[in-house]
Amino acid sequence: MILGKVVGTVVSSASTIGIEGASFLLIEKCNQAGMLKNDYVVALDMVGAGKDEMVMVSEGSTARETPLTVSKPVDAMVVGIVDLIDENDNIIYRK
Amino acid sequence: MILARVVGTVVSSHKPREMDGIAFLLIEKIDPVTMKGKGDYVVAMDSVGAGLNEIVFYASGSSARFTPTTDGKPTDCSIIAIVDFIEKNGAFTYRKDKAED
Repeated sequence: MILGKVVGTVVSSASTIGIEGASFLLIEKCNQAGMLKNDYVVALDMVGAGKDEMVMVSEGSTARETPLTVSKPVDAMVVGIVDLIDENDNIIYRK
Repeated sequence: MILARVVGTVVSSHKPREMDGIAFLLIEKIDPVTMKGKGDYVVAMDSVGAGLNEIVFYASGSSARFTPTTDGKPTDCSIIAIVDFIEKNGAFTYRKDKAED
């Protein structure tokens, strides 16, 4: 999974994804300390991630491995909201 | 999924039979804040009927085959949505109704 921050939303009314009520989040990739990388990905939100929360995004075909997205054309999905990251025994990110 | 702008079309007559009748669009990845192109282009199969200069996002890899039009086709990049709005930190960075063509 990659780390990213929820920085916005992407709205589309004409799509062939076919998931009712699907909301797409604009995710900016960041490192484990939360430093933003100016690299964006649109991800389907399964966990109700809020603004500025650090999340884990799963990319590729595994994005289809949930009941809601099975055989849907999705290749990026928010799979978790990060509470805390520690690196070499010191906490470098806390929600 | 990655955001991009439709910048052109690609026509190919020598291709596998099952790809007949499917539009290939030339799309350019964009930075969703400045809405400027990144100079990185991809040929994508169109499953939503996207037009020139429209902002879209696409699925790549095996997920590109899971739309009705691209099912069973040898594509690894399919446009799956036409974008209406992009909002970042509470402000629109793109509005389809205000976009100048």
